[in-house]
Amino acid sequence: MKEKLKALKEAALAELAQADSQQALSDLRVKYMGKKGALTEVLRGMGALSAEERPVIGQLANEVRAEIERVLEQKLSELERLETERRLASETIDVTLPGRRPAQGAAHPLNKVIREIEDIFLGMGYSIAEGPELEHDYYNFEALNLPKNHPARDMQDSFYVTEELLMRTHTSPVQVRTMERMKGEVPVKIICPGRVYRRDEDDATHSHVFTQIEGLVIDRNIRMSDLKGTLLQFAQEMFGRDTKIRMRPSFFPFTEPSAEVDVSCVMCRGEGCRVCKHTGWLEILGSGMVHPRVLEMAGYDPAEYRGFAFGMGVERIAMLKYGIDDIRHFYMNDLRFLRQFAHL
Amino acid sequence: MKVSMQWLSQYVDLSGYTGEELAEKLTRSGIEVDVVEKRNRGVSGVVVGYVKTREKHPNADKLSLCTVDVGEDELLQIVCGAPNVAAGQKVPVAKIGAVLPGDFKIKKAKLRGVESQGMICSAKELGMNDKLLPKEIQEGILVLPEQAEIGTDITELLALNDEVLELDLTPNRSDCLSMIGVAYEIAAILGREVKLPEASLEERGSKRAADEFSVSIEAADACSMYTARLIEGVKIGPSPLWLQNRLMAAGIRPINNVVDVTNYVMLEYGQPLHAFDADRLAGGRIRVRYAESGEVLTTLDDQERKLEPHMLVIADAEKAVALAGVMGGANSEVTPGTTRILLESAKFDGGTVRKTSRQLGLRSESSLRFEKEVNPESVIAALNRAAALIVEVAGGEHAQGITQAVARTFEAAKIRLGVKRVNDYLGTELSLSEIRGILDRLHFTYEEQDGDLVVEVPLRRGDITRDVDLIEEIARLHGYDHIPSTPITGVTTPGSRTYGQRIRLEVSRYLNGTGLHEAILYSFTHPDRIAEWRGLYPDVKPVQLAMPMSTERSVLRTSLIPHLIDTAVYNRNRNIDDVAVFEIGKVFLTDEEVLTRQPEEKFLVSALWTGRAAADHWSGKARKVDFYDLKGVLDGLLAHLAIRDAEYRAVAQDGLHPGRAAEIRIGGRRAGVIGQLHPELQRRYDLDDTYVWELELDALADAADISITYEALPKYPSIQRDIAIVVDRGVPAASLTAAVREAGGDWLKSVEVFDVYVGDRLGSDKKSVALSLVYRDEERTLTDDEVNERNQAVIDHLEQTFSAQLRK
Repeated sequence: MKEKLKALKEAALAELAQADSQQALSDLRVKYMGKKGALTEVLRGMGALSAEERPVIGQLANEVRAEIERVLEQKLSELERLETERRLASETIDVTLPGRRPAQGAAHPLNKVIREIEDIFLGMGYSIAEGPELEHDYYNFEALNLPKNHPARDMQDSFYVTEELLMRTHTSPVQVRTMERMKGEVPVKIICPGRVYRRDEDDATHSHVFTQIEGLVIDRNIRMSDLKGTLLQFAQEMFGRDTKIRMRPSFFPFTEPSAEVDVSCVMCRGEGCRVCKHTGWLEILGSGMVHPRVLEMAGYDPAEYRGFAFGMGVERIAMLKYGIDDIRHFYMNDLRFLRQFAHL
Repeated sequence: MKVSMQWLSQYVDLSGYTGEELAEKLTRSGIEVDVVEKRNRGVSGVVVGYVKTREKHPNADKLSLCTVDVGEDELLQIVCGAPNVAAGQKVPVAKIGAVLPGDFKIKKAKLRGVESQGMICSAKELGMNDKLLPKEIQEGILVLPEQAEIGTDITELLALNDEVLELDLTPNRSDCLSMIGVAYEIAAILGREVKLPEASLEERGSKRAADEFSVSIEAADACSMYTARLIEGVKIGPSPLWLQNRLMAAGIRPINNVVDVTNYVMLEYGQPLHAFDADRLAGGRIRVRYAESGEVLTTLDDQERKLEPHMLVIADAEKAVALAGVMGGANSEVTPGTTRILLESAKFDGGTVRKTSRQLGLRSESSLRFEKEVNPESVIAALNRAAALIVEVAGGEHAQGITQAVARTFEAAKIRLGVKRVNDYLGTELSLSEIRGILDRLHFTYEEQDGDLVVEVPLRRGDITRDVDLIEEIARLHGYDHIPSTPITGVTTPGSRTYGQRIRLEVSRYLNGTGLHEAILYSFTHPDRIAEWRGLYPDVKPVQLAMPMSTERSVLRTSLIPHLIDTAVYNRNRNIDDVAVFEIGKVFLTDEEVLTRQPEEKFLVSALWTGRAAADHWSGKARKVDFYDLKGVLDGLLAHLAIRDAEYRAVAQDGLHPGRAAEIRIGGRRAGVIGQLHPELQRRYDLDDTYVWELELDALADAADISITYEALPKYPSIQRDIAIVVDRGVPAASLTAAVREAGGDWLKSVEVFDVYVGDRLGSDKKSVALSLVYRDEERTLTDDEVNERNQAVIDHLEQTFSAQLRK
């Protein structure tokens, strides 16, 4: 009987090892463990055993059953695993194929730059002021110390609509309007972004419409050194911590003293390159202390109040920042151009 | 202004500085130097030669064979191709071994079989700006004056070893439109002295100028001072070389000795002068008067000018002889035969000269200076200097005295300046002695009063009228680099965008997120474009520019759509057919034919979409964009701004497809339009189906709700019922959903259209609309029966209102 059981176990294990499907396993279970299975058959002969033998054989039979059962289960899970593996392998996709990407539009590069500049000055406590693009001669020129027939009006030939109305040539009229609205209150701290118009033939470096951002601060104790400090902070936030600035005397009718402001070249960090014409510097801002005439006309007593103003061309900064070589790109809206600004 | 270093060093010591170094110093203290030009472009070994003989080249018709004396033992044999070479001329000769600009080395050569021992040079070959020379010289060799000494180095003779600084002057620094002005500036920068020219003038003539010509100013507001000298017995001819060299260095063409002197002294003092042929002036009178209406004058450039009564002229007893400060008249011009000169030096009003020169489109070196107000102190000084020089270079003698009229005199401005004021203004810590030092360098005089300085500003610096002007002088000479960088002190201010600015930013960010690219479009457009697309404002009058640069850009836009169409066309022409763009920009609205006040400027947000709805993907081709794609973007935008009371109404709209156009109403007000471009318009621009919308940004801002209030999550389940009904095709879906809401009561939480079917089975005038309704009560779970009952009421309502039939 012992031998029978042993042989049965070996036969069963051998057959199990060969089984390669769940069906085969299920058949083997019936064959060995079923009601008419081989093991049951063997056990049926237990009655003929002696009382001493019975428990020994009984235990052996249980061991054989357990062993077959264990291998069977193991085999079953093994087959399930293989089955799953096979199924998953058949579901393999090419992960390198492109995904379905939701469309993402680009902010216009000029507006990207404007927002960046706005955010810097918002952080410094400035508000954003805006005003009309079709402006009175008074706000565009006269209130800025540019009376009619002033030779400095040559600097910016303009588009008039009537004798008294023209397309603004700078965003400075917004400064005047803001001062008038503030009615002598201080501090005034604004930046004015917006479109301006000048009578230029469009070419790689000129556009009849372009974008400016100007700033104005008025208070009792504003100094030219504050202007320098403010512009240095701006330049470092805009172009990097190690940016330097330098001021050169210049002339604007609405400021005195006036200064052109250069920043150390953003391309070569001041070493000298093609972009800065090997000077190490880029001219990007005009600035100065608000002319007393301008303060007077806007209702601020120049003996009591002082201020500074500055202005920059957004196109120029965008061209430097992005390495754009032709100003017309900003206004042609070629999608191959615009799409390049769709990311951060 | 072109400034020759050689010339300038006559007035101020420039030793120790190169042109580049001076340029840097000038630029850093406020006068920008555009370029520093070396007059010698690389000439060496060229000397003055004398053409002894000239014969035709034996083998070439157009070449000459010359023997030239260059002051060496042997004559040189030189082949020359210039038509103007002749025996007896002094010419520049590049000897063997000489170098010409462009590193062109002269070697012994054989030309058509004849040896040439050098080359006779043209002005151009010497690197000179030959445009300033007469035409025959431009076309041939440079013929030198007879007095030129044989063998002299040409660079010395033509003063080529010189550098020229080209100044880019700001309008306030017209004082530097003169050599003396520049000398003062350099003197201030370097701390050196200024040497003024001496006018030694002997009045040897017997006549008195004032007896020969009386002067009267009849337009005192336009001319403060008019002075003249009479010079008799002059001989008109070419100027000496030194004078020509200097004019050419300054970029001015030498003409004849008298005219050249007037130009020379103009450059020296900044005071324009004019020489009349005194014999051509009638009646011994000079009148400074306004032009009479209808008066004409032929100016020196041979143009007949029609004058207007606001223009100032110089007239003799009979007629206008010059356009004051702008240009002389041909009728009194100095000619080769002129022997009597009336030399004018005056101060004309800048505004008057400017207006005249602008109106006539006639700008001259003279008008340029008068426009910016000449220095009244220079009027007589320049007159005397020029009168002396004329006699020096053209002979003749001066009549006694000056004939003149003075309408107004000028006094130097006195400005009070405190040390504290200077430092408060600049943020510096300058001492009184430092400030005095700077004023000294500027050659400004001052006296101390109660600790302040009272500065007397010389008349040559008419731009300085207030203390801040002086503060600028101090700052720039102290050096802007020495002004510290400080933070602003005072109260802090919050910085934030206004509500409107924030909405604008949100709108553009949202639209970017839907795949639309932001465009920036021109504000100026063609009037036809406005006629073709009346947009939101069919009745406005386009604002016209008075002097547009082209018809293309002659009126202000009233809609953003036309240029969005241009954007689609521009890209399509570059094979980019999928265009999804928007702009937030201003339009200009008025109902006035001729503007008397500013138009309304309104921000619009407009979008255009044509081509495919999405990029093609390997898993399947993308379909074309349709109305509902662009409407979806707009619906999403409205939802993003929490605008709940927007509705679309089908309306006819010029420029849009009649069956695919709607107006957008927000809060009952017309706020925008949406639709497909009219196929006619699409054809005109060769565009595929193109969809657009345009909205007033204010309407969005007004209706937007930027507050968010949390709503409790539902506690009880909802029940969904789908119904499909057949109605007339013309019934808008929005009417159906509105009717459903009406009948659905509080329980109805949402109604959505989930299918629309049109087909033969229904008949051509019918459509089937499937709606999904969700019912829920906040307080309890609804029963099926309750919901069925309510749903039936909704169906009944639809059947009654729209003669709808339930599809089973």
